[in-house]
Amino acid sequence: MNHARRGGGAVAVLTVLLSLVTGCGAGGSGQRTLTVLAAASLTESFRAIGDEFSRNNPGIDVRFNFQGSSLLAEQIRQGSGGDVFASANEEMMTKVRRADALAGQPRPFATNRLTVVVPPDNPAGVESFADLADPDTSVVVCAPRVPCGSATERVESASGVELSPVSEENDVKDVLHKVVAGEADAGLVYVTDAESAGDEVEVVDFPAADEVTNEYPIAELAASEHPELAERFVEFVRGERGREILDEYGFGAP
Amino acid sequence: MRGSAPPLGRLVPRRAREGERPVGVPLPLRLPALLALALIVLPVLGLFARVDPARLPTLLTGPAALTALGLSVRTALAATLLALLLGGPLAVVLARSRFPGLRFVRGCVLLPLVLPPVVGGLALLYLLGRTGPLGGPLRDWFGLSLPYTTAAVVLAQTFVAMPFLVVSLEGALRAAGTEYERVSATLGAGPWLTFRRVTLPMLLPALGSGLVLTFARALGEFGATITFAGSLRGTTRTLPLAIYTEAQADVDAAVAMSLLLVAIALLVILVARPKAVEGRG
Amino acid sequence: MAEHTDDATSATGRSSREAVAPASGHGPTGLTAEVRLRRGDFTLDMACRVRPGEVLAVLGPNGAGKSTLLTALTGSVRPERGRVSLDGRTWLDTERRIDVPTHRRGVGLLAQRAVLFPHLTALDNVAFGLRTAGVRRRPARRAALEWLRRTDTGELSDRRPAELSGGQAQRVALARALAADPELLLLDEPLSALDVATAPAMRGLLRRVLGEQRSPCVLVTHDVLDAVVLADRVVVLDRGGVVEQGRTRRVLARPRTAFTARIAGLNLVNGSAAGDSVETPRGGVVHGGVVEPAGRGEPAAAVFPPTAVAVHREVPEGSPRNAIPVRLVGMEPRGDAIRLRGETDPSEPETALAADVTPAAVAELGLRVGDEVFFAVKATEVAIHPVSDG
Repeated sequence: MNHARRGGGAVAVLTVLLSLVTGCGAGGSGQRTLTVLAAASLTESFRAIGDEFSRNNPGIDVRFNFQGSSLLAEQIRQGSGGDVFASANEEMMTKVRRADALAGQPRPFATNRLTVVVPPDNPAGVESFADLADPDTSVVVCAPRVPCGSATERVESASGVELSPVSEENDVKDVLHKVVAGEADAGLVYVTDAESAGDEVEVVDFPAADEVTNEYPIAELAASEHPELAERFVEFVRGERGREILDEYGFGAP
Repeated sequence: MRGSAPPLGRLVPRRAREGERPVGVPLPLRLPALLALALIVLPVLGLFARVDPARLPTLLTGPAALTALGLSVRTALAATLLALLLGGPLAVVLARSRFPGLRFVRGCVLLPLVLPPVVGGLALLYLLGRTGPLGGPLRDWFGLSLPYTTAAVVLAQTFVAMPFLVVSLEGALRAAGTEYERVSATLGAGPWLTFRRVTLPMLLPALGSGLVLTFARALGEFGATITFAGSLRGTTRTLPLAIYTEAQADVDAAVAMSLLLVAIALLVILVARPKAVEGRG
Repeated sequence: MAEHTDDATSATGRSSREAVAPASGHGPTGLTAEVRLRRGDFTLDMACRVRPGEVLAVLGPNGAGKSTLLTALTGSVRPERGRVSLDGRTWLDTERRIDVPTHRRGVGLLAQRAVLFPHLTALDNVAFGLRTAGVRRRPARRAALEWLRRTDTGELSDRRPAELSGGQAQRVALARALAADPELLLLDEPLSALDVATAPAMRGLLRRVLGEQRSPCVLVTHDVLDAVVLADRVVVLDRGGVVEQGRTRRVLARPRTAFTARIAGLNLVNGSAAGDSVETPRGGVVHGGVVEPAGRGEPAAAVFPPTAVAVHREVPEGSPRNAIPVRLVGMEPRGDAIRLRGETDPSEPETALAADVTPAAVAELGLRVGDEVFFAVKATEVAIHPVSDG
């Protein structure tokens, strides 16, 4: 009997632990939660969009999971759930679609392009994209496996300049951080990331960048428990107000 | 036989005699124990379940995997050697000297064990990076730049793994006590001779297990490396970094490399049998 | 000190002031040590001398400072003030800031535990000191084997310490200490970790080996028997100070202080001689047998073992017994018996007497600490000794 009681205690402890980590058991209020999986480069702009969407739709709580698009795509394929997926390129969206994890058609909602950022004092004197090929200039880029990295490769072939980076980061934010910290002479990041860094970096524009743009697609997920909510969010992003906010953060129109 | 305890009695717990009944494990402990084991083993088994056996050989022998593996083994060995050359003496100093602030210093040594490795990587970057208080002068005066080099990988691995060596050696030194060294002195051996002939041989088992743990930890290092050294194939992209990069695109390749890492780790733990991990005896 | 020969004293006096190197032309003079060492609220303050070949036993209860003395002699602890010299070489002189490190002192140490190096065989343990002295491996091993044979452990030479019993390990440790040819041999409770079956044999071995030693030896022990069997002279320590010293037999047979008597396991009543009795300053009289005659009024002591004491509630009338009024201050088991401690004079706790009685007697009399009782002892059990200086 003693055992049974102690066992009960252990179960109670486990239950409390589980409810702590899952956030369940807080009692179901009338709130509905919409989970949006979005590319890391959308962090600032989608937060703003989410705030406004919640204001317009009382009772709906928008939660975001910002990660590299590739990682998000893999998580969706493994059945992580979620209502909406916004990817930084079409390739990752295609991957999700092939896994039959989409409810609706992917629709483009924004474009982004690369730019060169340098530390404020531009220690290596980078004036053009071609300057990045100088072996004395330490350049950090995204790994070819991630969307900003594949964009980098395309820029390279478009401009005919071959880079020999000192590091290939998995996340465009890591590239930005290395430049901000002064640990690299230059980095290739999205225009929107350069925008968000403000005065901490200087932007060196170059023509080849305009030829290579990333198109961001968005789609409702098959696993969604609130399909009509998910659709409403996608429409909001693609709508006039969403467009305005994205523009504010430096994204181009699709 | 009161006086017949072996001289290392404190270090060597008595083995269970043959035929002796094991001490009973209370029932309420068994379920959590099973869960704990499951928590460790099941995810690793999950890796095996995820792998595509047809692609496995190609993935494992692909240049990305082999390059990363070679780099990992080389850097982890270098880091282990560095940890031995620097951390070994540190362990002796911590175990054998008395000075104010010793407890604080000992606490500092443990920092890398409790800090997220990324924090360690950032700390290294801000110290040794080209704008860092140490990295700046290094670059200006000697033309040395550590970030993005293989040396940076070794340094990051050493930072994270060295405490394992220091802690296991210091523990062994403390457990052994100073009486052997005092006796050695009465037999005419000076401090250096005593260290070589008495302290070091007695430390060998702990040294072995400490080195294995250090190597294993260095091999698995990720956060500090990617933050401090960056990620470039053949130069700084060790196996864990390569796994992370591959996971962005080709999950099968990432899983295959993960299996490779698991296999090496198991090999190290089982073959080298670190006593600190297995228990003595 | 008085027992030192004049030439030994003068040789030490001259050479120890001069140099660390051996003074040529003088024979070995043995150990001279003066040590003052504070540890917390405990202070060891003592001086002693040990001649070549002589064994000095340092007796005292736990915490008396016996082992502290040894740490000062080996050099593992530096005293606040002190001088230690051996055969004219100064090991320590705090005034002249000389402090020779342990490994250059040439002390051989045999402690309570054998502390054999676990990674070496018995033979290599014994050869260790020779090897550090620069002897080559083969001759060192030959000599080591010889020492193992002398300590009756020749057949154990290939064993690791973990494969040795406590007694065997202690013998090997003795061989190791002696093989290094120490200039000063220190024995720190060498028998106290051995069981009752192995201790006597080890004690016998020590007696044989120490008899052949030419270097001075300091033996720290709490067991009077060790001192009786092994030591030429005894120093009794209590709370860091020398209570008594002298030739072993003299000190143990005729303890001058109650403290030494207690250590020696004997009761002692001090007073002045009056024929076959001792008169205490407070007017008591203890009768006994005279061992050595003493003039009337001279300082003397009545000595008797605790086992000779019987306890009574009332003065036992009409028997040829001494009845000493005491107040019980302690009661503790001692083997099969119970040791009672009785205070004869509350102002002098040193005068406490001990009585070993059976548990049955304690129960029958309903004895409790604080009771006023009488310790009775037959005159035939009491030895009256003259005491030279009170």
